[in-house]
Amino acid sequence: MDFIEVRKGAFSVAEEFAALRRENRGDGACVMFVGSVRDFNAGAAVRGLKLEHYPGMTEKSLQDITADARAHWPLGRVRLLHRVGPLALQDDIVFVGVTSPHRQAAFAACQYIMDRLKTEAPFWKQESSETGDRWVAAREIDKREMEKWG
Amino acid sequence: MAVSGGIGAPEVSGMIKILFFASLREQLGTAEYKLENYSGSVSELRTYLGEQFPDWQAPLQAADLQAAVNREMALASTRIADGDEVAFFPPVTGG
Repeated sequence: MDFIEVRKGAFSVAEEFAALRRENRGDGACVMFVGSVRDFNAGAAVRGLKLEHYPGMTEKSLQDITADARAHWPLGRVRLLHRVGPLALQDDIVFVGVTSPHRQAAFAACQYIMDRLKTEAPFWKQESSETGDRWVAAREIDKREMEKWG
Repeated sequence: MAVSGGIGAPEVSGMIKILFFASLREQLGTAEYKLENYSGSVSELRTYLGEQFPDWQAPLQAADLQAAVNREMALASTRIADGDEVAFFPPVTGG
């Protein structure tokens, strides 16, 4: 059972956790990741950011990534939420939650989904800082993290 | 900006729709461009648009530019046909 959503509004980690666990007696493991807006990037103080996406393709990309995770590991539930639009410091951007009978699969699948999302889901960040707005550059390390999955 | 559900189905017959995102959209000054009776590959389309609009040439030739055709990642050699939705964008930075 997958829940995938690109949304403008904030999400509640407590509600997401509840949705992953509700009447889910077979899964003994739940791993969650939350990514949020940090205050410093590439040498400049960040005030906030704007996230843009490609409606239609972004959702499809997230569905493909989730389907591939399911093909690799025995997963129960997957919930993947990503915000777009203006975001403030410390706002949560992305939530990935997975359940599985065992922790190894849950840990691995959660990281795999995030690593792929970072390198292929069509989202773009524009940061606003003291020196003006700038589009965030892709990081080489994210590509290397992805490549380790083979 | 639509948030979920996405934009409508790709255009039909005789026309391709080209979308630009993020820094590329700002550099070109437009989010969308329509082209009639085009046939060629993704890389040929980049060249063609640069010839039509000299200001677009440098941004569209950026080495790290990525392309999608009908919402799937595309290669330079991917063929484009009538009714396709083509998108160009810089490397992604979500998460």
